[in-house]
Amino acid sequence: MTNPINIFDVSGRAMAAQLTRLNTTASNMANARSVARTENEAFRALKPVFRTHVESSDFATVDVERIVQSDTQPKKRHDPNNPMADPDGFVWEAGVDEATEMIEMIEAARQYQNNVQVLQTAKSLILETIRMGK
Amino acid sequence: MDKIFGIYGDALALRSQRLNMLASNIANAATPHFKARDLDFDKAIASIADGAAQNDSVKSHTGYRVPLQAAMDGNTVELSTEQTLFAENAVQYRTTLSFLDGRLGTLRRAMKGE
Repeated sequence: MTNPINIFDVSGRAMAAQLTRLNTTASNMANARSVARTENEAFRALKPVFRTHVESSDFATVDVERIVQSDTQPKKRHDPNNPMADPDGFVWEAGVDEATEMIEMIEAARQYQNNVQVLQTAKSLILETIRMGK
Repeated sequence: MDKIFGIYGDALALRSQRLNMLASNIANAATPHFKARDLDFDKAIASIADGAAQNDSVKSHTGYRVPLQAAMDGNTVELSTEQTLFAENAVQYRTTLSFLDGRLGTLRRAMKGE
């Protein structure tokens, strides 16, 4: 093989990337509705940035380049009874859009499954090729 | 070798390369700006039959997929298309494999003198 990577690397790295996406989604969901005293302290959703990694003419895998904070703004809410409230009675609610996160979660899980399917097919084809002539 | 296995050896190699491309497309389903690629198998195998080298043939018959509906982030992977073609290509790989297997069986019987 002249190729430095194979189909297992392609799908394996894609699965790792989708898992990172699932992890960030989980922490976003966990922090949704959490409150902070100031706007800067408020939690902002985390998003992985995917980047194509071209290895050769027929292999292109994917890497997580970095994880960025989303620009969803924290919401200012009047809640004077909250112990985190500032002197004026306002709290800052985490900048997480729960509907977006749910969609993100389903999509990541679905694409993870697709890559598992690709791996299974590739594995069985390789095993059949090895058995050829027996 | 070439005379024994005919075009099937090249066909299997091409099928395997196309499988890699389709797997790469599926792997990049969520990458912004990724452009899905595919190999035109029929044209590639025809040019190999005419005497072209495999690498040249793959290079000149690989193109970008035209999406039915482009995504906003510039990604042109449509999972339904890619999965269908991946499955189809896997079946065609198996078919080529069984042709090769049959050829090997014939050779073995000839050598045994059955």
